[in-house]
Amino acid sequence: MSEAIDRPQMEADIVCVGFGPASGGFLTRLAAAAFNPDGSPALESPSMPGMPLQVMCYERADDIGFGVSGVVTNAKAIRESFPDLDPSQIPMAASVGEEKILYLLDPTGASRRPLAMRLADTAIRAAGSLLGLKNDAMELPWTPEFLHKDGGIILSIGQFTQWVGSQVMATGAVQIWPGSPVSEAIIENQAVTGVRLMDQGVTKDGASADGYMPGMDVRAPLTVVADGPVGAIGQQLDKEFGVPDGHHLHDWALGMKFVVDLPAGCELKPGTVLHTIGFPEPEIFGFLYVHPDNVASFGIFVPSWFDNPTRTGYRYLQHWMQHPYLWQYLKGGKLRSWGAKTLQESGKRGEPHLAGDGFARIGEGSGSTNVLTNSGVDEAWATGVQLADAVIELLKAGKPFTKENLDATYVKRRRESWVEAEGRIAEKARDGFQRGVIPGFIGTFLTGLTQGHINIPGKPGATHTRVPTLESYYGSRISSDEIARIRKDCDTKGIAASGVLMDKVGWPEIPFDGELLVSHQDALLMGGKVQAPHGYADHVTFPYSADCESCGCKICVEMCSGQAITPGENGRPVFDREKCIHCGACLWNCAKPDPKNPELTIVSFQAGAGGLHSGEN
Amino acid sequence: MNIIVCGSLVPDPLQTLEPITGPTGPALKNEMMLPSWLDPWAGHALYEASNLAAKNPGSKVYLVSLGPKAKLQQVMMTVAQKVPFELIALDGSAGGFTDAAETAAAIAEAISAIPGLDLNNTLIFGGWESASRGAGATMQIVGERLGITDQFEGVDSLEIQADGSLKIMERVEGGKHQISVCTAPPAVLGWATGNLPEPRNNPQVGMANMRGIMPSLQKAKPSPVTTGDIAFASVSLPSQTRTTQVVKDVPPDQIAAELVAWIRG
Repeated sequence: MSEAIDRPQMEADIVCVGFGPASGGFLTRLAAAAFNPDGSPALESPSMPGMPLQVMCYERADDIGFGVSGVVTNAKAIRESFPDLDPSQIPMAASVGEEKILYLLDPTGASRRPLAMRLADTAIRAAGSLLGLKNDAMELPWTPEFLHKDGGIILSIGQFTQWVGSQVMATGAVQIWPGSPVSEAIIENQAVTGVRLMDQGVTKDGASADGYMPGMDVRAPLTVVADGPVGAIGQQLDKEFGVPDGHHLHDWALGMKFVVDLPAGCELKPGTVLHTIGFPEPEIFGFLYVHPDNVASFGIFVPSWFDNPTRTGYRYLQHWMQHPYLWQYLKGGKLRSWGAKTLQESGKRGEPHLAGDGFARIGEGSGSTNVLTNSGVDEAWATGVQLADAVIELLKAGKPFTKENLDATYVKRRRESWVEAEGRIAEKARDGFQRGVIPGFIGTFLTGLTQGHINIPGKPGATHTRVPTLESYYGSRISSDEIARIRKDCDTKGIAASGVLMDKVGWPEIPFDGELLVSHQDALLMGGKVQAPHGYADHVTFPYSADCESCGCKICVEMCSGQAITPGENGRPVFDREKCIHCGACLWNCAKPDPKNPELTIVSFQAGAGGLHSGEN
Repeated sequence: MNIIVCGSLVPDPLQTLEPITGPTGPALKNEMMLPSWLDPWAGHALYEASNLAAKNPGSKVYLVSLGPKAKLQQVMMTVAQKVPFELIALDGSAGGFTDAAETAAAIAEAISAIPGLDLNNTLIFGGWESASRGAGATMQIVGERLGITDQFEGVDSLEIQADGSLKIMERVEGGKHQISVCTAPPAVLGWATGNLPEPRNNPQVGMANMRGIMPSLQKAKPSPVTTGDIAFASVSLPSQTRTTQVVKDVPPDQIAAELVAWIRG
């Protein structure tokens, strides 16, 4: 790195990038070991001898707990950290009660179902009540063990991380700084020696402006990278150090959710967990978790193997919630919160180099998500605890944070843990989806039932290798001329084409009610409370404008969770930072390969300030 | 000179607020789950205080904050990055329904307890309003309890003159300003918006502040402020009709025409 700017400098012992479940586990464990019972430091600062360990955690969002998601988790690792954990002490937490998997039939006629599924639907409808069909949904008579979350907890991760953050900061051992995006890791001689915070007082292009304040360099012997699946520092390290042979980041999903006040008298009990398959499109999964006080969170996952060049999250979510089975509970409800995030769905096969000289990676961005059990929070937490134990061991032994030492402590612990064992079983669970929805479901069940011994093979490919053209996707349903007209019209208006195209193929109009069925922009304002502070550069850019102009589908626009990316001049995407919720969908939904590295796309998604201001997600 | 800023947290301005009746009177639904920020009026006062202290070497800024300890801790992680100050934390309700007199009494008591404080060399700053507690009376009562009779509300600027006197510009009715000269501290200034932008997040400032913030939070004195003798007949939010438009680059003439049409009804 070389530049003339005189940057402020600071020394620390450990600098952590991002505050979520993984860094929550890391800092909880580390803070617990930081002081002796008499209050004296148990872990001495190597950089400031005689002082307690200096640990900084920088979170890009404007507060901790913003911009993350709600989950059901078996909380195995979390309970190990908090043996006396009482869910009632965590806002919105509930112990798991009833769990159901529902197959949703298509009440609209617009869902793009394969022939086998259409035949099955016909048979189910014919059998009707014999199969328990009610409200166009059938409860699966049996749920495989690997999908159960018995004894688990439903959490709002926003509330949970705030609770964890309070506990950790109250120890005085750790400082967590929100509103502090990290722009890059400082890499010198193939070692990470700290991080650089983002410049402030700059234009959207990054040029210095009024009140310019260069981002500070925070030097530390150990940088803990916990910035999630699309984090800027994780991306930088992947580019710098590559990924292990055979590993890839081809499988993704966008999770979009609402948190709602259920209507008065709703029968759903706290702890209820519903998972859905089949609707609105066969590739889209849904979930509904019931929190205490008549509150529920629900949403859908739109995966990268849903080969729709105008795939979108928000519109599909509105159709999903109106499915008769769900609408019986949700009608009359009221939106409290809304948000979306990217999920790394490559799991173990998306694992990067876990450690190097001066750095270690934990959490979802480190490939800890289990793609068979659909579980990520507890695994992320566990990896954080494993790293903390390793760090404590190395500090007590007076050993430096080299790759060798981190491999021998952190990576060793991880390889010997249940996260690794279960991750290996799950490794190929989703491969069948590369061949289609039905092979995908069969493959997942086979993987689960045989502990990973039998799978349906498939080769996950990057988005640009698999997304069809609009004309090919819509085939005879919309003519090429009509598609071209719609595309041109939408480009002129600066809007995504997915809504118009979905109308065209029969998806019903959304009957907005101002409470639960609200426009996309109202979801940002009412649910996400999205905002962005001034003085930061745009964190989403399109460095290859000619390629963007020639792109026929622009999934970056269609899948943008906040409508922050719209078509602009000559079809080039335009980014509006004030609407961005930092979900990162644009990064993996780009259908053009980076000319320099076809594993990457031509959308640049970096760290940035602002985004969601809801802590209930 | 000491500059003591009184200010606490309020719900993040974009949150959806819903009044409810709780066990102790009116409250906001899910109040403890709502993201919170430093009250923007108090924020202006804090930034002005910091600016004034920077121009007057040897000055010290205190922030006296009454709020739920756990929420204060969270909010301070953001506020602490803005400007240097020493926190004096009081653990109690920061809800919008507490009695201004009780709140002011707790704050005045905390100010009086600052070791070695020379009140005659002290300015008391705060917001002339609050985003959650709109009585506009708290700062005045704080001043009265401290025996400070020079009080200014709706302050937009303060200048320390060469003779040490304070030249203060207050908002008055009719969209005008009133300029007063106060011979010397002490004085109470309830700030309007001031003239300073929100400072950038500065990690070094945050680190320096943090040395005092955590100890202050740990020894925060319980201050059980209540709604006092106030009886709330009813509590409701202003009715609103949501007709959201997110439109950019509209010509000024068009905006003006829309405003005129809206005003004329």
